[in-house]
Amino acid sequence: MDFSFLSRYYPMYITGTLNTLALAFFTLLLGVVFGIVLALMRLSKNPILKGFASSYIEFIRGTPLLVQLYIVYYGLPQVTGMRFPSFFAGIIALTVNSSAYIAEIIRAGILSVDAGQMEAVRSLGMSHTLSMRYIIIPQAFKNILPALGNEFIVVIKESAIVSIIGIYDIMYSGNIIRGNTYRPFEPLIIVAIIYFIITFGLSNLMGIAERRMRISD
Amino acid sequence: MIKVENLHKNFKDLHVLKGINEEFHKGEVVVIIGPSGSGKSTLLRCLNRLEEPSDGKIYFKSSNIMDKSSNINEHREHMGMVFQHFNLFPHLTVLENITLAPVKVKNTSPEKAKETGMELLETVGLKDKAYVYPAKLSGGQKQRVAIARALAMFPEVMLFDEPTSALDPEMVGEVLEVMKKLAVKGMTMIVVTHEMGFAKEMGDRVLFMDQGNILETGLPGEVFNDPKHSRTRDFLSKVLRA
Repeated sequence: MDFSFLSRYYPMYITGTLNTLALAFFTLLLGVVFGIVLALMRLSKNPILKGFASSYIEFIRGTPLLVQLYIVYYGLPQVTGMRFPSFFAGIIALTVNSSAYIAEIIRAGILSVDAGQMEAVRSLGMSHTLSMRYIIIPQAFKNILPALGNEFIVVIKESAIVSIIGIYDIMYSGNIIRGNTYRPFEPLIIVAIIYFIITFGLSNLMGIAERRMRISD
Repeated sequence: MIKVENLHKNFKDLHVLKGINEEFHKGEVVVIIGPSGSGKSTLLRCLNRLEEPSDGKIYFKSSNIMDKSSNINEHREHMGMVFQHFNLFPHLTVLENITLAPVKVKNTSPEKAKETGMELLETVGLKDKAYVYPAKLSGGQKQRVAIARALAMFPEVMLFDEPTSALDPEMVGEVLEVMKKLAVKGMTMIVVTHEMGFAKEMGDRVLFMDQGNILETGLPGEVFNDPKHSRTRDFLSKVLRA
């Protein structure tokens, strides 16, 4: 094994890591926001909202991320006439994908909150929206934190797929270094280690968050 | 204060309330008794529309709260409710449980709400638990906090839905004590309960319900000592023997 290539190529890994982190950050942020919206839509009594959210979630979960990425990056420009920068297309595709999964996690979390909670808060004269915001969603988040952490890790790992449309992420940097050095093994091992450090760090952060939320138990 | 006209409630094929007509007056303590499945909880829950009535009218201070134009949240501010299973908010401290609605709904300042909250905790005897989470409280303490939480909105009527049914026997007394204090202060109360002692002692009026109808209503002394209806007699002989 020879890791001497690192002294020359390490800046590529740094660029790749920063891009993966940026990609993951925006995807998770937007994924949670749209996930909440989709979950509330799916739980609403309005048949149109409910139908739309259900179809969206089922369709996105039932199709490969790679296909979704290609549709956003190659397909949409043909229909809309505008071409997204690849980084932007990557965020859109990953958000579209993860929001469907996050929506289902959040929906399960909301349903896990005892119905008596909603009755109690509504009986005090608080509106449905205020009740959701201050009573139901905080408790739902506490219940789903482990599942949400798991989904975050999945998103970070799956984001490697966007290297295929030329986004300069960790995987992409590994590929370039592999091509330049003619040695596939060591550069890919470094790629794997970087992903692992990120996901392991994140799962520890989620663990801390879980412990802090359990303060009321 | 609350007037119910021809109130019906169906759960699918089940006809739970079969045309209730009743009036609850200001300052009155009305105790609703009856076998389980008689519709007494459903009636109570219809009064603030936690349960949506299938038909009929409910007037609260002369406005029909079944009207499309009426804002149920506004009415609920004036109707406190206490539940069988307490339903405290587990992620908030005792004091936060009490101050949430006054701050968010009535725009009371947080300082003022805290002050009122502490006073209410004092009346229910739990001032020392203000900064504790509900999980640390006993059932009786939880229910007393729940009463304080409802009182924090300064309601004009309090609805109690079997407030002592989920409690260990030794904790029933402390909750009933708080309820008696409220009754003595002149609070309008509608109480669904199996505590016949409370009904006799504190009730201004007792309603006996069976199979979705109010079969009998009267002073506690009348209903308990001289029930007119055979169903009432039957029910009382069972619960009073126990």
